[in-house]
Amino acid sequence: MTDALLLDVRNVSVSFDGFRAINALSLALKAGEMRAIVGPNGAGKTTMMDIITGKTRPDSGTVTFKGHDLTRLDEPVIARLGIGRKFQKPTVFEALTVTENLLLSLKGIRSPFSVLFARESVQERQRLAELLSLIRLENMADFRAGDMSHGQKQWLEIGMLMGQEPDLLLVDEPVAGMTDAETMATADLLREINKTRSVVVVEHDMDFVRALDVPVTVLHEGSVLAEGTLDEVSADPRVIEVYLGR
Amino acid sequence: MNAFSGQSVRSFKSVVWTAGLVLGLAVVLAVASLLPENSPFHVSAFAVSLAGKYLAYAMLALSVDLVWGFAGILTLGHAAFFGLGGYAMGMYLMREIGARGAYGDASLPDFMVFLSWKRLPWYWWGTDHFAWAMLLVLVVPALLAGIFGWLAFRSRVSGVYLSIITQALTYALMLAFFQNGFGFGGNNGLTDFKDILGADLHRPATRAVLLVVTGGALAAGLLASRFIVGSRFGNLLVAVRDSENRTRFLGYRPDQVKLLVWVFSAMLAAIGGALYVIQVGIINPGEFAPANSIEAVIWVAVGGRGTLSGAVLGAILVNFGKTLFTAWLPEFWLYGLGLLFIGTTLFLPSGLMGLWRPVRAAPPEEITPEVSAPEGEHS
Repeated sequence: MTDALLLDVRNVSVSFDGFRAINALSLALKAGEMRAIVGPNGAGKTTMMDIITGKTRPDSGTVTFKGHDLTRLDEPVIARLGIGRKFQKPTVFEALTVTENLLLSLKGIRSPFSVLFARESVQERQRLAELLSLIRLENMADFRAGDMSHGQKQWLEIGMLMGQEPDLLLVDEPVAGMTDAETMATADLLREINKTRSVVVVEHDMDFVRALDVPVTVLHEGSVLAEGTLDEVSADPRVIEVYLGR
Repeated sequence: MNAFSGQSVRSFKSVVWTAGLVLGLAVVLAVASLLPENSPFHVSAFAVSLAGKYLAYAMLALSVDLVWGFAGILTLGHAAFFGLGGYAMGMYLMREIGARGAYGDASLPDFMVFLSWKRLPWYWWGTDHFAWAMLLVLVVPALLAGIFGWLAFRSRVSGVYLSIITQALTYALMLAFFQNGFGFGGNNGLTDFKDILGADLHRPATRAVLLVVTGGALAAGLLASRFIVGSRFGNLLVAVRDSENRTRFLGYRPDQVKLLVWVFSAMLAAIGGALYVIQVGIINPGEFAPANSIEAVIWVAVGGRGTLSGAVLGAILVNFGKTLFTAWLPEFWLYGLGLLFIGTTLFLPSGLMGLWRPVRAAPPEEITPEVSAPEGEHS
């Protein structure tokens, strides 16, 4: 079972100015799995993503992804290895159109010189069409990303993640600020994506987590407090205590 | 528009027009300057050298717009590259004087004889060859820009911090070039040029050709820049400008992206500087003065940032205004320039080019410099 691990975070700790943001955290993810991470503010959810994506270097512990030690690599290299990251605040290129945003995300050309002389290929055109239909923005292909609604930007960003063809998607609070309908549609979208890729979702919204219907990991003060189905962890007295206070 | 054309809402059709216009203008003025003096269409030598100067400045403005308008790097030191290109050209022109200098020394420029130097410093070697000097025009600024950019972009220096160190760069060069021992004529710089490639610099025909060459270089610079910003790389530049972090998590290296356009821009500025020096006839450390670089930013702002054509338009118009102003009310020029900048920022945020296209899909680019603190996506 352990041989099919896609991501293996082991015993990772990191402190900022003496504050232990992550404390001996371990987390393992199998290929094809989707996992929801919940936890109160300051539990270390975003810091954990920073560590996996190379933005923050841990003080100790190992992070292994497809046999690579991620703690030695930086963001672009990790992204190219196959980890896509969606930020909490939708981060798309606002001055560019939806198509241009997606085109930049497509797996492949990354060195500045080849980008300069890149011409859109038939395959790329096909990928763009697939992505547009996946994120349901076919009608907005030539819209400036900056002119779209918050929810549409979130979807565009997810589309850009898919364009990278990652093995693992890290998705930080994708439904924050979304309407209920958008939230449910996003849950559908992530389940659809999970058919071909592994996903880690950090989320506060319990209805959304319930709709995802996946194993849940509860973080608290930088380490794992509980793991299991949503019903199991919500029945866990320690989790209740953390969420409702003592 | 084809849904998948990948064509930006920012298209740069005007750039081709501007390139044609600039070259056409240069040719017309050049030809007119060669007409007999009693012809009603005759243009004076003064006007020709003035036009040449404006076009050289336009090249500097274009190079500033490339990095500021598209990569978000508010450079306040681009005159450094302009000046270096100018000095490299000046070295060749000095060597061309040969034994015709005041001291009649065939191998040493006058100022070296004056300082009683016996031998040519090593960095002057080969500068009597035009081709070598032209290589220096391109390579020296590119190297400096490369090293500077590599250090700055790698350590993720951006926003006002970067602007400040670009000022420091050009200021440091100014101080260095002021020193006699630096080997570039100190305070006086390089001047008293006689000819270029054997052609007398004071003959109208030579000056006419130089103007056309400058127009051609500017037109080529415009088209090359248009190719860059119109390519996928241009989109990547805008992406880096607006969300550097996102590009990093997509697997790009924004430092390399910025470095590429930065070095190209420096070379463009250097070519402008080289053409400037031939036509103005002098280069001295004053060209590195921090105010010059800031002025270039104002030209771009007035013309319209991120439009390429606007940079050229702004440079020509503002400098034309400067010529008129300094003839009538010299002491008020700086106030005029300041007011112009404030006025543009307040009332014409996308510059004169913004008037051209009142209704467009894309709202105007913000003129505000990116005062971004070191990036962070902390939640």
